[in-house]
Amino acid sequence: MVSYAAHDLIEFLAVIPENSVGLVSPQTLNIDKPIQLQSGTTLESHELVYETYGTLNSDGSNAVLICHALSGDHHAAGYHSQDEKKPGWWDTAIGPGKAIDTNKFFVVCPNNLGGCKGSTGPASINKATGEPYGRDFPLVTVKDWVQSQAQLADALHIQQWAAVVGGSLGGMQVLQWAIDLPERLRHAVIIAAAPKLSAQNIAFNEVARQAIMTDPDYMEGFYLKHGKIPRRGLMLARMLGHITYLSDDLMRDKFGRDLRVKKFNYNYDVEFQVESYLRYQGQSFVDRFDANTYLLMTKALDYFDPASDYEDDLGKAVSRAQADFFVASFTSDWRFSPERSREIVKALMKAKKNVSYFEIEGTQGHDAFLLDIPRYLLLLKSYMNRISM
Amino acid sequence: MKLREDLKYIAKWVPAQSCILDLGCGDGSLLAYLKEQSSVDGYGLEIDEEKLLKCVEKGVNVIQRNIEDGLGDIETDFFDVVVMSQTLQAVRNAEKIMDEMLRVGREVIITFPNFGHWRSRLQLTLNGRMPVTRAFPHAWYNTPNIHVFTLRDFEEFCRAKKIVVTQRQFINPQHRSSWMMRIFPNLAAPMAIYRLKRL
Repeated sequence: MVSYAAHDLIEFLAVIPENSVGLVSPQTLNIDKPIQLQSGTTLESHELVYETYGTLNSDGSNAVLICHALSGDHHAAGYHSQDEKKPGWWDTAIGPGKAIDTNKFFVVCPNNLGGCKGSTGPASINKATGEPYGRDFPLVTVKDWVQSQAQLADALHIQQWAAVVGGSLGGMQVLQWAIDLPERLRHAVIIAAAPKLSAQNIAFNEVARQAIMTDPDYMEGFYLKHGKIPRRGLMLARMLGHITYLSDDLMRDKFGRDLRVKKFNYNYDVEFQVESYLRYQGQSFVDRFDANTYLLMTKALDYFDPASDYEDDLGKAVSRAQADFFVASFTSDWRFSPERSREIVKALMKAKKNVSYFEIEGTQGHDAFLLDIPRYLLLLKSYMNRISM
Repeated sequence: MKLREDLKYIAKWVPAQSCILDLGCGDGSLLAYLKEQSSVDGYGLEIDEEKLLKCVEKGVNVIQRNIEDGLGDIETDFFDVVVMSQTLQAVRNAEKIMDEMLRVGREVIITFPNFGHWRSRLQLTLNGRMPVTRAFPHAWYNTPNIHVFTLRDFEEFCRAKKIVVTQRQFINPQHRSSWMMRIFPNLAAPMAIYRLKRL
């Protein structure tokens, strides 16, 4: 669940830092091969927009796939222009000399199918109608994403990823990769993820969806056709989501009960700093994200349950895997708590897979996986450094 | 690959190609050594951050987990061998952990410092103060060793719990054995290595 924690990040960058991948530009791949989705629908073709950092070596053995989370995209590192204020969403981890070292690896990060940043999704034009898909866009699952990302790998002549890496919903894609296409990755890096959603997780997603779908501007999902955007709904969904990405402690540290002006106004305007922060997060999200994609992503999360194909036995599911695993969680993450990561680790140990597991202390909550936390990034870097080509 | 002397004794007792659990695996030396020398697979449990990082650098499987939380989620007999080096005297519930190790492992190899060593006895007897020795280097107020015991205590514990001792080795801090240690282990041996299994 990617967030652009604006308050924390560098506000303005006159010069691109040296350990950045620098200026990057997205590429678009048109995949002409049909993809049979889990829902039963077949997409005859689809486009994926993606970015790459570093250089693919001659035998294609140094490629790393980055899977993004709920609100992420293909812009994982670097800058699109000199004027871009913030780098890609995982610039803390990807770059020359960083944990995922672009001097060593060729890093590929696509925007997932169903996304809203250039890959085929609900906001794309449906060739059959000449209008945006809107709610007609089929639901896609984590399994579908793995299939689609594998088609991207084929196009880039990458037979086997050195590693597939992701946090949160991205980590779930990594787990699915290891199960579905075991021979196509050597390492699986799963951060702040879960083997499936809990009822509480699904409940949060459902409230978010209801916020969007009950917005009068949602127009049954065809808002783009009507020139509208369900701003209020999407904003509420994001505000709710954001609460679950932070920890109670972090919110206390960051905002406490601080007021914007020093006294109560006895009305419903923004008074507490935390209200201001949430509104800002919600409002800025509306400008960069599509409501139908948000709905689709939350459903992909809800449906994710790789064990369900293996008699609900995760150990059995991962017994197919050939990769080595790196699993990490964050102590203050209550969205996908360490306990959920331990379920993955337990299944991997049961299947006698190579796995290392780490719990990172801190107050940052679920968003920690995106942040510059030295101990976490050092462990990740040490693990990535050992990957042989 | 060089290995600490006491770990070499343990390594000798671990069958090739077996699957082991190393409780308090430190920097992962034993796991790395066994993996390379005798194709032994396994996992280490560790909580120290520096040591966890060392394990990653060595490329061994390490799980960040406190041994005190138990091994309840691991199936009975899952591991061929469970190893615990210099840790039993520092855990809160030594009996429970011994039970758990013997449950999840077909065999257990354990090393511990002997509080019955003559230096400890002499210091307590003559000075009337808690011993500070090479095997027990801490003062009473900052020692991690909260359950000190002697070889005879341990032997008696095994008898009472019906734990079978299949091998035992007594060594000093230089990790050598001597005739004194063989004849009077509880007096002469600062350190012991035991190989155990359930009855």
